[in-house]
Amino acid sequence: MNAATTATRTTYREALRMALREALARDPRVFLMGEDVGRYGGTYAVSKDLLEEFGEERIRDTPLSESAFVGAGIGAALAGMRPIVEIMTVNFSLLALDQIMNNAATIRHMSGGQFSIPLVIRMATGGGRQLAAQHSHSLEGWYAHIPGLRIVTPATLEDARGMLWTALQDPDPVLMFENALLYNLEGELAADAGAVDIDRAAVRRGGSDVTLITYGGSLGKTLQAAETLAQEGIHAEVIDLRTLRPLDDATIMASVAKTHRAVIVDEGWKSGSLAAEIMARIMEQAFYELDAPVARVCSAEVPVPYAKHLEDAALPQVPAIVEAAKKVARGHV
Amino acid sequence: MFEFRMPSLGADMEAGTLVEWQIAPGQEVKRGQVVAVVETQKGAVDVEIWQDGTTEQLVVQPGQKVPVGAVLALLRAPGEAPGAAPIAAAAPVMAAPAPAPAATAPAVSAPPAGAPRHKISPSARKLAEELGIDPASVQPVAADGVITREDIERAAQRRKGAEPKPAADWHVQMRAAIAAAMSKSKREIPHYYLATEIDVTPAMDWLAQENLRRDVSARLLAAVPLMKAVALALREVPGLNGFWTGGAFQPAPAVHLGMAIAMRGGGLVAPAIHDADRKSLDQLMAALRDLIDRVRGGRLKSSEMADPTVTLTSLGDQGVETVYGVIYPPQVAIIGLGRITERPRVEQGKIVARKVLTTTLAADHRASDGHRGALFLAALDRLLQQPERL
Repeated sequence: MNAATTATRTTYREALRMALREALARDPRVFLMGEDVGRYGGTYAVSKDLLEEFGEERIRDTPLSESAFVGAGIGAALAGMRPIVEIMTVNFSLLALDQIMNNAATIRHMSGGQFSIPLVIRMATGGGRQLAAQHSHSLEGWYAHIPGLRIVTPATLEDARGMLWTALQDPDPVLMFENALLYNLEGELAADAGAVDIDRAAVRRGGSDVTLITYGGSLGKTLQAAETLAQEGIHAEVIDLRTLRPLDDATIMASVAKTHRAVIVDEGWKSGSLAAEIMARIMEQAFYELDAPVARVCSAEVPVPYAKHLEDAALPQVPAIVEAAKKVARGHV
Repeated sequence: MFEFRMPSLGADMEAGTLVEWQIAPGQEVKRGQVVAVVETQKGAVDVEIWQDGTTEQLVVQPGQKVPVGAVLALLRAPGEAPGAAPIAAAAPVMAAPAPAPAATAPAVSAPPAGAPRHKISPSARKLAEELGIDPASVQPVAADGVITREDIERAAQRRKGAEPKPAADWHVQMRAAIAAAMSKSKREIPHYYLATEIDVTPAMDWLAQENLRRDVSARLLAAVPLMKAVALALREVPGLNGFWTGGAFQPAPAVHLGMAIAMRGGGLVAPAIHDADRKSLDQLMAALRDLIDRVRGGRLKSSEMADPTVTLTSLGDQGVETVYGVIYPPQVAIIGLGRITERPRVEQGKIVARKVLTTTLAADHRASDGHRGALFLAALDRLLQQPERL
C-alpha cells in the first residue's frame, strides 16, 4: 500500500491520542493515569474523549500529587500492569523524582533482576509558551543521566504515533518527553503508521558540511536553520536523537566522520547537560575526525523568563543555530 | 661561516628541487648527516653534508628549484659565534616555489624550540599524515590561522599540480636523463671493447661451500665475490677507475663501484658502493642489499649518486651472455658481467665441464689503451681463481 496516497492530515497531539487508543485497545493491562487526563481530557487535550471510550477504570484522574501517582504506577507495573502515567510538565515531575529515580530506575537492579517496572511516563517539556520559570524547563537531559531509564523524545508525527507502543513493550521504565510546542504541529501521517523503534537516532536531513544534532522541540528550528544554511551553500546534516538514553553514538559518529563538524542544539542549559555529554562522546570517539571545535546552541543559563521577548532570547532560535553552524563550517562559506 | 650548496648528483644534473629540509636553523649537524631531500631527474635523493657545523640560515625553501652549486644554506663552523652571518644572495630561483614539498617521505618536521605551535584541527592533522603533507608548510586560509581539512586538501591539490605527475612524467624525466648521459657518452667517448671468458668454477664452488655453512640470511649472492674481484682488479690496474675531466684523466683515489640497478617500472640508476675494494664480502653483501632496497624505494643518498668512479653492470640473471657497456660520463670504464654457463673446455688435452663467465670491459680510449684493459681482465681472472682470498 502506498502510504502517500492514504496519508491523513493530522497533528502531533492527535498522533499521540491515536497511540494511546491503540495501546488501550490492544492490551487490557494498559491504563492511563494522571492529573486531568479523564474528565478534562488532558492538560494538552491528548486524552480527550478517552474516558468515554475506555471508562474510569482505565482513564484515571489523580490527585495533585506526582509522587503518589507515579508511585502507584510503579506498583501497578510491578503487579503486572502496563501503566501510562502522565505528568503535566517536567518541572512538576521533580516531585516524583524520588519515585522515578529511587524506585522505577533501581528495582530491577536491587532485586537482582527479579522485578521489572514496565512503566511509561509521559510528560510535557520545554518553553516558548510564556508559562514562566516553573512550567518551561527542559530537564530531559537530567533524566538521561540516570541508568535504568530509557528516555525518548518524539519530535515528529510518526514518532508521536509510534513510540508509545514500543515503549510499553520495554520491560523497564521509559520516560517520554513531549515538547509542548509540538502538540499543534500539523502534518501528513500515513494511515498505516504504527510502532517505531526507540533505539536509533534518525538523520532527518542529509548534508556534508556540518552535523546539527538535536531532538524534540528543537528539531523543527534546526531543520529551518539547515534550510537557511543551504541557501548560503552550507549543507547541514540534521540528526534527530529520538532517544536520549541510551544515546545512539554510532549515528552521531558516522555523521561527524562525514562532515567533520558538529553543532548540538539542545533546549536544556549548557552546564552539565545532554549537549555536554554528546560533545564529550564526540571528543572520545571521533576526535581525529574533527575539523573545528564542536559548538552548542542551548538555552541561556537563566530560569526561563515570562516576558515574551526575554523568553525568545533565552531559548535556542533559528538565527543562533545558523550563526553557530556558519562559524563552525566557515571554510565552506 | 660556510655554505652548503646544491650538489651535483650525477654528471648530467643541472638543477635540483629542494623537497624538504631535515635541519632547522640553530640545529647542529654532523659530517655525513642527511640534511635535505632533493628531487632530481632520477628521483628523490637524501643529501648529506660533509662538514660539522650549526645551521645558521636556510636560504632555499622547499619547492624551489635551483642550479647545481647554488647556496642552499649557511652554517657556522664549530666554535664560530652566531649572528655574524653575511646574508648570502639568495640562490637564483628557477621556478616559482611550489606551495608544498613533495612528500617522498611524510616527514614530521619538528618545529624549532620556541616556535609557535601550529593550530591544526585533529582531522586536518590526520589527513595531512595520510597525504604526506607537512602541516608546517600549509598556509591556512582562515584569519584565525587554524589549518583545516580544506587547507590540507588545497595543499595536496597544489602539490599534485606543481609536481610532475608522479608515475608517467617521472619516467619521462628519467628516460630523458639516461638519454642525455648516453648520447653524451656515445658522442664524446671513443669506446674500446674487450671480452674474455673467465673460468669461475673455483669461485662458484667455493661460494657454494661457503654458503652451505652459513645461515640462509647470511648467504652471499654470486655477484658479491665478482664485485670484490672487480674492485681489487681496478685497484691493481689503474687507469680505468676515475674521471675524464678537463681533457685529462683524473684517477680516483678510492674504488666506488657504481652498481647498475634496474628500477621497477623502468629506468636505471648506478649508485656507488663506497670503497668496494676495502669491504669484506659480508659488508659488500649488506651494502648491495641495502642499495637495492633503497633504489626500489626511491631513496638514495647524494654521495651514492655523485661518487661512483666506475660502473659494474650485470645482465646475467636475464640470460645475457655478453654485455657491451656504454660508459657513464665522466667515468672511463664500465665492466659487464654476463650469465655463468657450464661449458665444455679443453684443459690439458681433456674436455671438461667448467662454469664460465663472459666478462667485458668497455673503456674510454682517451684515458686508457687496450693493453691496460687486457691487464685488468687478466687480473680479474687471476683474482677469481683464488676466491678464498677475496
